[in-house]
Amino acid sequence: MCGIVGLHLRDPGLHPQLGRLLESMLCGVVERGPDSAGVAVYGDHRRVPEGHAAVSVLLPPEADTSGLDATVTVAGDTTVVAAPVPVADLVARVRAAFPTARVVGSGHDLTVYKGVGHPRELAATYGLADAVGWQGLAHTRMATESAVTPEGCHPFSVGPDQCLVHNGSFSNHASIRRELVRQGVEFDSENDSEVGARFVASRLAQGEDLEKALLALRETFDGFYTLLVTSADGFAVVRDPIACKPAVIAETDAWVAMASEFRALAALPGIDGARLYEPEPGRVYAWRR
Amino acid sequence: MEALSFDLAETTVRALNAELHDPTVKSYEVLHPDGAHAVAAGIDTGIAVEVRGHVGYYCAGMNDGGTVTVHGNAATGLAENMMSGTVRITGDASQSAGATAHGGLLVIGGSASMRCGISMKGVDIVVGGSVGPMSAFMAQAGRMVVCGDAGDGLGDSIYEARLYVRGTVGELGADCVEKEMRDEHRAELAELLAAADLPYAPDEFRRYGSARRLYHFTSDHSGSY
Repeated sequence: MCGIVGLHLRDPGLHPQLGRLLESMLCGVVERGPDSAGVAVYGDHRRVPEGHAAVSVLLPPEADTSGLDATVTVAGDTTVVAAPVPVADLVARVRAAFPTARVVGSGHDLTVYKGVGHPRELAATYGLADAVGWQGLAHTRMATESAVTPEGCHPFSVGPDQCLVHNGSFSNHASIRRELVRQGVEFDSENDSEVGARFVASRLAQGEDLEKALLALRETFDGFYTLLVTSADGFAVVRDPIACKPAVIAETDAWVAMASEFRALAALPGIDGARLYEPEPGRVYAWRR
Repeated sequence: MEALSFDLAETTVRALNAELHDPTVKSYEVLHPDGAHAVAAGIDTGIAVEVRGHVGYYCAGMNDGGTVTVHGNAATGLAENMMSGTVRITGDASQSAGATAHGGLLVIGGSASMRCGISMKGVDIVVGGSVGPMSAFMAQAGRMVVCGDAGDGLGDSIYEARLYVRGTVGELGADCVEKEMRDEHRAELAELLAAADLPYAPDEFRRYGSARRLYHFTSDHSGSY
């Protein structure tokens, strides 16, 4: 199954509550994927100070981070490394120090956490309830196409300040992967969702916006998918044309929220007055900050 | 008699459904469903249940004689396999509303998503808004009334169900064709619209049904798919 939740806050007054609201949403989809959970938070300046970059990385056991010359925070399987340098430089520094480690997120505004275990316990490990910021998403995974490992957790964050979470499976991911590899794209895992994330990242890198990138994805990918994709200033949802994976969107003046099931949205402030709808099959929905 | 109230913020769906399966009163009210699954599923007596809020999957599934009203939206599988009784919702329904239902009346005030009435076997479904693609797929018996539009593939591989659509229809499904509206059809449509409290006139609708080309399997028909 897998469970997806995402919250894009329009009202800055709610920014201090982002983590608490996201945690309540995550708890609403626990039954959809109790294997593991990943979380992404945008705009928490205690996690990524202004002018800093942050890199989320899955380090080998006993890794010595003292030589990184950066602020290092450990949250379960995920280590967040922050320093006042460009994102690409910090990623390169982390990769040079730990060549076998997996970088699972990077950006000037984004922190990503991944881990295996019960989503409720992982939320505590990530300190999710304390998170602040303007946007966040989370995923609970019931693995179908690849192993239950921290690396296989969503979100897949393969470009700066970008995230993709996926419920479903892509059936032609192998051929799209080959095409992307031919174009020079490198992959970290065998996960089909990573192919979707790499595809979107390559489109955004070419200057397309989220809406255009997802329209291209819809034309290219076969299979079942409900996707939530976020960027440095955007939040977007798309479902495949058969739409067998669930999704509900709720909107108020204060926020836009998306979840696999309504029960994940039920505790949001003002939900009783929200505009509530199921995204139509094959249609791209996008919002900008 | 006053309705017995169940607040799902304080009690479980299991406790609610246990009471509804062996009812001690005639009418019930359900508060704070908050998207819970299987609310009021498996009712088999003539009780009334008012649900105040949105429900999750399979609400009022297998209903046999009950009257369930949802003041909100419903997720996948609303009134799936209903046998008799009435299920009404004020909002929208997700996919597969009324799937395989054998009887009773399902009224959706808003719109229904894909595959509404898939494999319907005798139920009456009235939708105030539109239905998504592949609705009434393999519909075998019953009536479906759509006051808005219908998506592509309406009535694909339909048998004897009758479909009435007021708005536009995307590409019709295999073996589904538009049919003449005769007086008997106007009369049954008027009855269904009245039962659903909808103000439209039967003449605003078009009727669709089976061309009966696919009644018997033969490989000659494979080109129809």
